[in-house]
Amino acid sequence: MKNQPLLFELGKSGRRALDLPALDVPVQKGLLPATVIRSEEAALPELSQLEVMRHYTQLSNRNFGVDTGFYPLGSCTMKYNPKINEDIAKIPGLSAVHPLQNAKLVQGSLRLIYEVEQALSEIAGMAGTTMQPVAGAHGELTGLKLIRAYHRDRGDLARTKVIVPDSAHGTNPASATMCGMEAIEIKSEADGSIDLAALRAVVGPDTAALMLTNPSTLGLFETQIKEIAEIVHDAGGLLYYDGANANAIMGIVRPGDMGFDVVHFNLHKTFSTPHGGGGPGAGPIGVREILLPFLPEPRVIKNGENFEWAVPTKSIGKVHGFYGNFGIFTRAYAYILSMGAAGLRQASEDAVLNANYCKKMLEEAYDSPFDRYCMHECIVTSKKQKAQGIHTLDIAKRLLDYGYHPPTIYFPLIVEEAMMIEPTETESKETLDGFIEAMKSIAQEAEENPEVIISAPHHTVVSRLDETLAARKPVVKWEA
Amino acid sequence: MTHSYLPHTVEDRKEMLAAIGVTEAMDLFCDIPEEMRVEGLLNLPGPLSEAELAQYFKTLAAANVNLEEYACFLGAGAYDHYVPSTVDHVLRRSEFYTAYTQYQPEISQGYLQALWEYQSMICELTGMAVANASMYDGATALAEAAIMAAQATKRTEIVTLRSVHPHYREVLSTYVKDFGYSVKEVNFVDGVTAPSVLEEALDKKVGAVIIQTPNFFGCVEELAALIKVIHAVGALVIVVTDPMALGVLEAPGKVGADIVVGEGQPLGLALNFGGPYIGFLATTAKLMRKLPGRIVGQTVDSNGKRGFVLTLQAREQHIRREKATSNICSNEALCALAVAVYLATLGKKGFKEVAEQCLQKAHYAAERITNTGGGSKVFQAPFFKEFVIKVPQPVATVNDYLLKQKIIGGLDLGEYYPELAGSMLVCVTEKRTKAQIDALVAGLEACK
Repeated sequence: MKNQPLLFELGKSGRRALDLPALDVPVQKGLLPATVIRSEEAALPELSQLEVMRHYTQLSNRNFGVDTGFYPLGSCTMKYNPKINEDIAKIPGLSAVHPLQNAKLVQGSLRLIYEVEQALSEIAGMAGTTMQPVAGAHGELTGLKLIRAYHRDRGDLARTKVIVPDSAHGTNPASATMCGMEAIEIKSEADGSIDLAALRAVVGPDTAALMLTNPSTLGLFETQIKEIAEIVHDAGGLLYYDGANANAIMGIVRPGDMGFDVVHFNLHKTFSTPHGGGGPGAGPIGVREILLPFLPEPRVIKNGENFEWAVPTKSIGKVHGFYGNFGIFTRAYAYILSMGAAGLRQASEDAVLNANYCKKMLEEAYDSPFDRYCMHECIVTSKKQKAQGIHTLDIAKRLLDYGYHPPTIYFPLIVEEAMMIEPTETESKETLDGFIEAMKSIAQEAEENPEVIISAPHHTVVSRLDETLAARKPVVKWEA
Repeated sequence: MTHSYLPHTVEDRKEMLAAIGVTEAMDLFCDIPEEMRVEGLLNLPGPLSEAELAQYFKTLAAANVNLEEYACFLGAGAYDHYVPSTVDHVLRRSEFYTAYTQYQPEISQGYLQALWEYQSMICELTGMAVANASMYDGATALAEAAIMAAQATKRTEIVTLRSVHPHYREVLSTYVKDFGYSVKEVNFVDGVTAPSVLEEALDKKVGAVIIQTPNFFGCVEELAALIKVIHAVGALVIVVTDPMALGVLEAPGKVGADIVVGEGQPLGLALNFGGPYIGFLATTAKLMRKLPGRIVGQTVDSNGKRGFVLTLQAREQHIRREKATSNICSNEALCALAVAVYLATLGKKGFKEVAEQCLQKAHYAAERITNTGGGSKVFQAPFFKEFVIKVPQPVATVNDYLLKQKIIGGLDLGEYYPELAGSMLVCVTEKRTKAQIDALVAGLEACK
């Protein structure tokens, strides 16, 4: 496949892709002072409408999504994105609504926010939820700010340390920094579980919170969660649940029942809203009773039959220009309603079943570092292929030739040469069998013809790209 | 149970469990302590079939007043511009919207190229050297820009004009207070800020000054003159702007802005009750490595063919963890794609024409309202597509009357600026027809 020319290499001066209505008011001159008027027209492309559509259709043909094929990207939960949810989000009564319309004129939107908050609180086992964070990392930021505000409100100003296991997502320590707090990393056991002794050694009067993903980033359930919660709470800290892996637990166990005080969900993972190529998603957070007064403003409250905006008494303030990604939680609520309680539980059961099936079927061909049932994702490594000079990156690139999106690679950091496979519940047995066959076939190639793996991919629009060059001499925009 | 999103048959599940060596799915959950598990089913509504689902949301939608049925003169940071048909048709390509972040560039060239083209067009509009691939929204883009500027200058004071969107200032406050930065506000006179007034508020401790133009009141600030006094104390200039205005207003980069941010929603995104929107964030070559968020860069493959990758990742949380420039990772890529398709569709001439139509229609409306006595203009400064009028009756009363005429009136400014009680912020985009504007004028006149 050839490269698609750049937008700026297409079209011709004078072409247009949209006809505007004629200006129907009298034209006035000199409305703006010369000091602020644009000196040079923005050099935007000039294409016909067909040229625009063909350009983007060609680009879409050079992109891989869940609708294209199997996408077992660990920790990202690339499940099917139901089409009806896209249609629902575009109903004019929901999409053509201005955020600053009087509350009386947006009762449907407020009710939707209220209802989806209730549903997520039930799933999380929490007292209340705010829909405002627009991404998982934004949820972390908001949640840590709540925790900080809570400690401050009690006059406990010394609590500025956030404990994060070394197996955590990079966002966890980065979020702590963004809240002006200090991330304290603790070593995990080899299986990713928390080293209780290490935890006991770091908790104290400066502990603000522990951030934990459960199932962990290794796809394993943290069995000592009760003890962990006790240690942190006894030291006066709170527990933050990173919901990246919540697809394993819907209707089976709730973060609130595990002892967590704050939880964020990634609606674009667990609740089927599209990943969009890297957003828009949503990262709503559920909180225990003690944190309700600190939630971001505004909140929807129900007053009799009406819905109103309210500001929590000790609110941390606003975290988004308006109320979060409304169009995304519309889709997530549609998903919850479509599945119902039994459906969500079945989804988690099937997600865990699929991951364990992949793990089992791959355990001969690949090193499988943990001899336990996994949750919704499993980790294998390229240890067995190392002797042939093959690394995880090579296997990932070879999978592209087989038509699959590779698993997450080199994460978690504590497992060498990791491949994290998350099939999700929306994939059939036949799809999994096809993927397993491809993985086995690559393992065989590693024995017989390692070169074909090391030089992969062979069938993509470009071969391996020079990332060092891109970073060393950044070309980040078009130059005429 | 069966569900259309769950492919397994009873047989499939049996076979797979047998292959794993367990008898039932719950055996796989043995690591979860029994006493923690949910007993029975959660208390949730549903399940609904596809047809029932659509019906339910239509019922919710019917409880809203929507802009397909009402003429909207409400703006204040979210704008009712026309969205060309091409935008939605491209966004519905599921190769784009069902993908994730471009971690595997070989099978993500389409998206990476589209984002790189987006960055290029944002740089072109703003006159800056580099733009990231998106931020959550305009308000959070400003907050992150302020943190970036404070860290780059190693100064802890931030000054913002009070004419910056109140929500943006609130989000700024939420973001920076935990860093221990202080935020000082400088008031406006006649809707804008005079360089001499700003100068008095500045000293060498100030790391960043935030100017919005057109500002919250729609007024156009004298950017070049303001920038001079800011640079004189060594602070960085952050400009918040409406990208649509850049069809007629000078690119902030041309007059010395250090960081330009704003809300991209006017460029092809539906109002969506406040989100998803997209923040844009552009800066100088000097500050490139301090940017938060994703950046796409051009490179070559092993055969020398042009290609694109996510680059400068040493700034980001997955590499730098607690030392990253921000915790932001994936955010609003699909909205960036929408903006790119919008700008490609409007093109060089169309984009400028839309901006000019906004300017002309807003001025026609302001003049007619003033002439008929339905309201009086509060500020005399030049403006783009929004303006402030004082109305003879309470704003809520006026808006109630307008609503009966199928018009959504302007924002009640008294809620944000007590001294502007009784004033309304009116927005007129290119989408408002002369007939709709005349109806607004008549409605306001009737409320005299």
